[in-house]
Amino acid sequence: MTNSVLELKDISIALGGKQLLEIDCRVGPGEILTVMGPSGSGKSSLLAYIAGFLAPAFESSGAVLVNGTDICSLAAERRRIGLLFQDPLLFPHLSVAGNLRFAMQSNAQQKSQAICDGLNDIGLAGFDDRDPGTLSGGQASRVALLRLLLSAPNAVLLDEPFSKLDTQLREETRTLVFDKLRASGLPTILVTHDQADAEQAGGQIRTLL
Amino acid sequence: MLRWASHSLIFLLAAPILLGTLIASLPAFGYFPPLGSSEFSLEAWRELFEVPGLTRSVLISLILGVLTPLISLTLVFLYLASATESKLDLWIRRLVSPLLSFPHAAAAFGLAFLIAPSGLLSRIISPGLTGWERPPDILIVNDTWGLSLLFGLVVKEVPFLLLMSLAALPQLQPRHRVEVARTLGYRPTIAWLKVIAPSLYPLVRLPVIAVIVFASATVDVALILGPTLPPTLSVRVLSWFNDPDLNLRFLAAAGSLLQLGVSLITVAIWLVLEKFAGLLWRFWLAAGNRNTGEGLAFAIGRSAMPLVLIVIAGSLLALLTNAFAGPWRYPSALPSSWTMQHWANSLADLSSPLFNTVLISISSTLLALILVVATLESERQSAKGRTTALWLLYLPLLIPQLVFLFGIIVLTEFAGWQANLGLVIFGHLLFVLPYVFLSLSEAYRQLDPRWTQVASTLGASQLKSFWRIRIPLLLAPCLTAVAIGMAISISLFLPTQLLGAGRITTITTEAVGLTSGASRNLIAVWAVVQLSLPIAGFMMALFIPKFVWRNRSGMINTR
Repeated sequence: MTNSVLELKDISIALGGKQLLEIDCRVGPGEILTVMGPSGSGKSSLLAYIAGFLAPAFESSGAVLVNGTDICSLAAERRRIGLLFQDPLLFPHLSVAGNLRFAMQSNAQQKSQAICDGLNDIGLAGFDDRDPGTLSGGQASRVALLRLLLSAPNAVLLDEPFSKLDTQLREETRTLVFDKLRASGLPTILVTHDQADAEQAGGQIRTLL
Repeated sequence: MLRWASHSLIFLLAAPILLGTLIASLPAFGYFPPLGSSEFSLEAWRELFEVPGLTRSVLISLILGVLTPLISLTLVFLYLASATESKLDLWIRRLVSPLLSFPHAAAAFGLAFLIAPSGLLSRIISPGLTGWERPPDILIVNDTWGLSLLFGLVVKEVPFLLLMSLAALPQLQPRHRVEVARTLGYRPTIAWLKVIAPSLYPLVRLPVIAVIVFASATVDVALILGPTLPPTLSVRVLSWFNDPDLNLRFLAAAGSLLQLGVSLITVAIWLVLEKFAGLLWRFWLAAGNRNTGEGLAFAIGRSAMPLVLIVIAGSLLALLTNAFAGPWRYPSALPSSWTMQHWANSLADLSSPLFNTVLISISSTLLALILVVATLESERQSAKGRTTALWLLYLPLLIPQLVFLFGIIVLTEFAGWQANLGLVIFGHLLFVLPYVFLSLSEAYRQLDPRWTQVASTLGASQLKSFWRIRIPLLLAPCLTAVAIGMAISISLFLPTQLLGAGRITTITTEAVGLTSGASRNLIAVWAVVQLSLPIAGFMMALFIPKFVWRNRSGMINTR
């Protein structure tokens, strides 16, 4: 259990003088905050700002606090903010285990054990040496989730992670992702178009215009 | 650190080339302390203009400089205008890059062996079509007006311009535009020439100018195919430079400045032609013809590219036949027997130049790769985006090699340095860098930024994601860039010859050196070795990723 808290303090993002969004909120351990809004409303810019990738062309202000500490001055790789994209983005040149190992800090012995347990846990036991290119969409999403969890983040961002899955699979994957994130006690921000995502997330909903 | 790399890349290219060009002019005006002359004078110029046949040499260089790009570009555009999605076209597109790696010298020798009076072509059609029982007494190769040289240059530059055009085309959405024009009643070839050609030309203008400069100042191809009485200006300058009489250095310096002038004038003529063509096009567009010329343009376009390919294949065949030919009487199409004797005879002489060739090409290409990757990495990590100074990369292609190499030598002589391997590798680096950059930059810039972002969110530093993610993902384009860089280095004649002061020999310098005097069989052996080296490089670039990623379907399907 992580039990960390993610707070966005007076965040404001603009591009070329045009205000894109303003947000101020607090996400507690295991909570999922949903951000909704039409394309171009700056949803992705918000995630980029929190994760540390926002292009310098944007004018931005406001603090991102993790457990009370502002992480805005840190490089992306030091922020410990996990991110799931629309695509699983498993590194195509590494095996499944290679992808998981890439995300972990601990030593080799512990890694192998954690990978074994983790794969077991998401129903992919024995997939260690598999080529990620041969996984089905649902399997790849699960490995991407496990990879994120094994990197031991303090908070998680979800960038429409279910939008490319078909209805049946979307339902299953969504349940799995939300359950795991809640169980890990991670504060999560979900960006989506899909009302069903928001309902199942069950937390606060913010709509951008 | 990375910033430093990108600045040093620009400095490495620009400084020696610009400085070299400037320095080359000092001896032209009589100032050259290493030869004991420290007073300015116009003596060298007076001497230069008294050289017999100079006007003709200059004229030939000018004509080549204008006609080579004109013919090549016309063929390429007509081909593209008439191209369809047929098997032949896909095949041609796939062949373009390997064809580029055919070294100039080997290609020129092959062409000479194909079209010479006693060459393969003449043998195939004799005596049946011609009645010739012995080689006709006509001057085909080395003809006085440089027609065979022009032919050779066109055959060599068509694949280059085609590749450059194919790279630029997608951003113009040619299919969509041609469809629109066709719905307005334009025939397909005319439609392409009217709606695509005017917007494609500006995108390939820089490569076209590189072709102009190369054609007006080429040395190695001119040595093999060019006229001898008198030779082109560039060949004459080189011979003055290599003359044991050191006083000819002043003449050579003046000649190299004249060469720069000739190349610049050629470019100027081209720019005038460009304006003229622009007017013509505007008139033609406004006239609204939808059919006129369709048949002719289509016929030329469809036949030009296969013809170029046949000539190249014929050259290759001529080289291979000569390299393994036993006794071969005219007009038999094939030798009466085959032999390995020419290879056995050359083996001892091959080893040292072969070693030098491999060493120089690997070192210069790896240096270039490091600089280019560092530059692209710094561009990626910096907020500023593309470095505008990168057009300087084209400098080595836009200034005649002869001129700035000459200046670099003058510079080293001022400094009292001896010719050495390091200098030759540095010289090769100047020419390898732009090609490695051109071939790698698009792949590097187009790599999905989310790969690095995912790695960062997983806690990987820039360094870790560079080595563990970006380099492996870009392995195939990196290897292709290496293969292209090595092919360029292998084909270089002048930098090795000049900066190595003739003491450092490569396959290319030796092969070109055989031009006068050696038997065709011997030359063919060297030319075959020269052209198989880049092929080996491209094979490795193709198969290493296939092998390394044999269990990684995502790495193969995406390319």
